[in-house]
Amino acid sequence: MKPAPFAYKKVRTLKEAVTLLAKHKDNARLLAGGQSLIATLNMRLSAPSLLIDINGIKGLDGIAKKGKFVEVGALARHTQVEQSDVIARYAPLIALAMPHIGHAAIRNRGSFGGSIAFADPAAELPACLLAMGGEVDIASAKGKRKVKADAFFKGLFETALRPNEIVTAVRVPVADKNTRVGFAELARRHGDYAIVGLAASARTNGKGLDEVRLAYFGVGDTPIRVKKAEAALAGGNVDAAVNALDLDPHDDVQATAKVKKHLAGVLLRRVAAQLLESRP
Amino acid sequence: MNDRTLEISLTVNGARVQERVEARKTLVDFLREDLALTGSHVGCEHGVCGACTVRVNGEIVRGCLMLAVQCDGATVDTIEGLSDSGEVSDLQTAFEQRNALQCGYCTPGMITAAQDLLKRSKKVPSREEIREHLSGNYCRCTGYHAIVDAVEAVAQARAGARK
Repeated sequence: MKPAPFAYKKVRTLKEAVTLLAKHKDNARLLAGGQSLIATLNMRLSAPSLLIDINGIKGLDGIAKKGKFVEVGALARHTQVEQSDVIARYAPLIALAMPHIGHAAIRNRGSFGGSIAFADPAAELPACLLAMGGEVDIASAKGKRKVKADAFFKGLFETALRPNEIVTAVRVPVADKNTRVGFAELARRHGDYAIVGLAASARTNGKGLDEVRLAYFGVGDTPIRVKKAEAALAGGNVDAAVNALDLDPHDDVQATAKVKKHLAGVLLRRVAAQLLESRP
Repeated sequence: MNDRTLEISLTVNGARVQERVEARKTLVDFLREDLALTGSHVGCEHGVCGACTVRVNGEIVRGCLMLAVQCDGATVDTIEGLSDSGEVSDLQTAFEQRNALQCGYCTPGMITAAQDLLKRSKKVPSREEIREHLSGNYCRCTGYHAIVDAVEAVAQARAGARK
């Protein structure tokens, strides 16, 4: 199908973008990478009256280590993140996830901030952000605010973002020598949305793991942390962690709830092995 | 402000193009309908099949997931341009020789994506890497094996020619 008619405005500054958003609110959509938005427009699942193209805003696509955080600008493309030395070194969980995101042509356009703001429950980056305990920088005509990942993902395609707000950057803690990360995903075709996926981070204390954060995707309305399993894994018991998985997935076009629950356990074992692997 | 149609100027296959287009028109529809470049195909229209793969500013993109108005000032290359310049002639020959196409619907996207991989690879990509790079392009006829064969053969031939 083809999109319903809309007006299009390419903005050059963040101020211009938030001013237009404040005026049009829910009738406007921000166009960043467009790799989800334009698909929904084509299928007429969404019919905004105005598209605000933010691709011309300078300075929103940086990737840099800033103190204890790695900051990724909202307009950083997946390909750019995938090839970034800063990400490989300081945010290894994101580096593990990148090759699973879409296909080469999708990664060339798709944006980091767009993936977070769209909050597809089967997408990789929202789960990574949750697993790393990151935060989201948000701007509107009224000012700026930050929201922690644990409070950002509210429901199916629903986030803490208000209609007049825009994601400007995402910040995640810098990994150090004690950081351990794990990532696994099952999809029918490489690059497709996950049937089930798991992003994880933890800190090693020499004997076991602390601060275990396990974020599943593709098994609910949002990326989901499984706190009982996190506690069990911190106690060093992988079997107990698998038994403690309290996920309640729905059947979807890809798999039944029963299959998804089974696969979630399979992925937890794989990811636990990654987290517990000793490093030189 | 906020017109529903906008004036755009861009370079398509080396030629300057200036057109007035509806904001809602996707790049692939613009190429096919306004410029009569029908080599780029429209399949799923939501980014899954890869039949609409074209190059924008040197990078492959989904022609169905970009708007024509976003390409104002851009350089766009389609299969017609890649074919006329001879850039992909070895891939085209290999596809034909190895039966890497049957109906041909996916072929322009497949060749554009394959050329992207070969252009970027410093060494001959493995079959796994070829499959990964083409994973966003559906083919419903061949079962992919012959396509991977063709791309691999061209990668080896080009590497041999470089020595």
